[in-house]
This record gives sequence, structure tokens and C-alpha cells, in this order.
Amino acid sequence: MRWFWYASPQTFYPLAGKLAVAGGLAAAVLAVVGLYVGLLVAPTDAQQGEAYRIIFIHVPAAWMSMFIYVVMAFWAGLGLAFNTRLSGMMASALAPTGALFTFIALWTGALWGRPTWGTYWVWGDARLMSELILLFLYFGFMALHASIEDPRRADRAAALLALVGVVNIPIIYYSVKWWNTLHQGASVSMTAAPKMAATMLAGMLVMALAFWAYSIAAAMLRVRSLIRERAA
Amino acid sequence: MLAAARIVVWRELLVAMRRRSDVATALLFFVIVTSLFPLGIGAEPNKLRAIAPGVIWVAALLSSMLSLGRLFAADHADGTLEQMVLGAAPLGVTAAAKAFAHWLVSGLPLVAIAPLLALQYDLDAGLYGVLALSLLLGTPVLSLVGGIGAALTLGVRGGGVLLALLVLPLYVPVLVMGAGAVEMASAGLGGQGQLLILGAMLIVAVAFAPWATAAALRISSE
Repeated sequence: MRWFWYASPQTFYPLAGKLAVAGGLAAAVLAVVGLYVGLLVAPTDAQQGEAYRIIFIHVPAAWMSMFIYVVMAFWAGLGLAFNTRLSGMMASALAPTGALFTFIALWTGALWGRPTWGTYWVWGDARLMSELILLFLYFGFMALHASIEDPRRADRAAALLALVGVVNIPIIYYSVKWWNTLHQGASVSMTAAPKMAATMLAGMLVMALAFWAYSIAAAMLRVRSLIRERAA
Repeated sequence: MLAAARIVVWRELLVAMRRRSDVATALLFFVIVTSLFPLGIGAEPNKLRAIAPGVIWVAALLSSMLSLGRLFAADHADGTLEQMVLGAAPLGVTAAAKAFAHWLVSGLPLVAIAPLLALQYDLDAGLYGVLALSLLLGTPVLSLVGGIGAALTLGVRGGGVLLALLVLPLYVPVLVMGAGAVEMASAGLGGQGQLLILGAMLIVAVAFAPWATAAALRISSE
């Protein structure tokens, strides 16, 4: 596999188109399956009733919000290290999707918190706070990029900011362990046996895959328009 | 290397002395912001005592951020920064020295004046030490991390507001730990945990922030 073959925007452009179509189709199919399993097949939760079903959106969105930031920082670092044009475009293409998922995670969390915790928003909670900071980091990245005229300089400046902000990711991830506040521990763990019914877990994982596929499709479409914009 | 750092610090202090009103403005801002809260929230002493650490810390954050704009702007405008980038002294050392000078001018006075403001808020006298110590550990982090943002927004459209958007989210952990230390101490639990985390943040910031600032300065002065 010649990885660097695709480092050039011109050769990546057709591949991005194919990935966008594949990602979009996969996202549609997986979302239908995931929502079917999540909303119709999975059993009602004994304590939370039907309200828990929002986790099929909330948890995958929260995962993606952090994961996309890490991927974005990875591309940003690659761009700074190798000075490749495509890396900066990839980082810029991922940022709006990451911000969207962060917002969805916060929004669905608020909707879930109202019936379960009795409040939309808790200021003292470490995970809520760090997720909110993550949203601001995405906004800062996009605002800095937008305010610099020269796209290459904008890529590099925003890349540095993304790398500085990556400190926040482990804080979000471990916040529930480090500070014992209102937000419960991780719903799914690689090391422990699943605490939830198998169908719930399956629905959540399928939804996570659907969000992955959507993110790939959205980022690829955006990177295609960035390539065209800058080539012009 | 140390000589270069000393010269930069000395030069910054000299420039600050020549423009004393700039330094005074940031300090006055700090005082005014803290005085606004009782006017807006009401003069109920128990409430004020409860919000005092948070208010003083938020005001310190804003005051430190407002003076960040001056950290590199003048040098960028008259070409001095280009010479610093090209010069023999490592740029990271210059960035660290500039952040240190910024702290001496904008952070240290806040540490000195904070107990007076705490007195206004009728904070328990035993907490002045914790408040001053938390500011002493926390404000250098603000200067160091803020330096990255100031370097990134050099010569950028709408730099001032953008700087706030970039820097304030990064300031949040310092705010939480700084105000938290005082609150824990006032609850009789001792604020050592938070102070130690602040100290750890300071060490990490001293180690990495000048390096990131130098990289940002190189990007901005291309």
C-alpha cells in the first residue's frame, strides 16, 4: 500500500468521493438497524423506564466527540511535522462534525438528565464541564482557522491549537473516575463484563458504527470541497 | 541562555515601567470587576462570602487575559519579534522570559491585592493565605498558557475576541482548582489537594507552554 500516494490532494480527491458514498450508505443502513434494535427490540430499563433509550444516541455521540478530536489532532500533528497540505484539510474537515457530535452529546445528555437527575444541567459535574470545554475547543479551532487569510498558515496555527487542546481528552475520559460527581461511570468497559442487556449493548455499538460511517462521509465530502476551494 | 532570558525580562519590565498606566489599568479592571458582583448580586454577607473565591478568580482570569494582547503585539508591529525569532537565543527561552515578565507585571500584583478584595467580601481571615497561594501558583499558568493564544492570534482579524475564545477554555482547569482550593479550605477540609494539582499544572505549563508559544510565534511570523 503506497500511503504517500494519497497524500496529494489531487490523488486523494477521487478516493474521498468513493469513501463518502460508502460511508453515507453504511451510515444509513447501520442507523436504521441500530435505531430498530435500540427503540423497538431492546428491553425497557428497570429503573429509568423508556427514558434510557436516548443513550443509543448520547453515548455514541459522546464517544465520537472525543475520538474525532483525537483524530483531528493526529492530522494536525502530521501536518505540522511533515508539512503536508492534505493533513490540514483533513483536520479542518473533521472539526465541524466533531463539534456537532459534542453538541448532540450535551443536548441529549440534558434531555436525559431532566427525567433522570431532575435537572437539565449540573455545573459542578466534571464530565459535563470538560465536554463543554471540548465544544469550546472545537469552536476555537474553527474560529482561529477562519480568521487567518492564508490557508496554509491557518492550517498550521489551528493545528497547534488542536494539539494544545488534546490535553482535555484524557480529562474528559477519566473525569468520572477521578471526580466522583453526578455523571455515572462508563457505560461500556473493555475489561469488565457488560452490565447491560446484550441487545442494548448491540444497539449502542451499531449506532456507534453508524456515527463512524457518518463522520467519514461528512469529513470526506467536506475535504473534497476544501480541495476544490483551494485549488481554485 | 540565562543571560538572554534575563535581558528579555529586564527589557519587558523597563517597557512596563515606561507605560505604567497599562499595568494600572489591568489591576483596576480586576478591582472593578470584583466590585461589580456585590452590586449585581446583592449585599447579603453570607452569599458574598460563598462566592468570593470564585469571583476573585474569575476576575483574575479576565484581567490576565486582557493584558495578554500586549505580550507580543508591540514587538510584532515594530519588527522586534522577527529579530527574536531569527536571533541566536532559543525562541522558547525568549517566550518563557516574556511570559514570566507578563506574570510579574499582571499576575503578581493580583496576588498582592487579592487579600484586600477578600476583606471586602468578608472572607474568613484564615483563608487569605490559601487564596494568595492559589493565585501565586495559578496566575503563572495563566500567563504561560495565554502566551500560546497571544502568539497564535498575532496579526489576526478580530484578535482580541478570538484570543478570549481560544484561551478561556484552557483557563478553566486553573479556575476550578484555584477557586476549589479556597472553597475546600473554607469548608475545613484543607485545600492541599487542589494546591498540589495547581502546582503540577504549573510544572507542566513551565515545561511545555514556552515551547508551544515558540512554535506559534514561528507560524505567526512567517
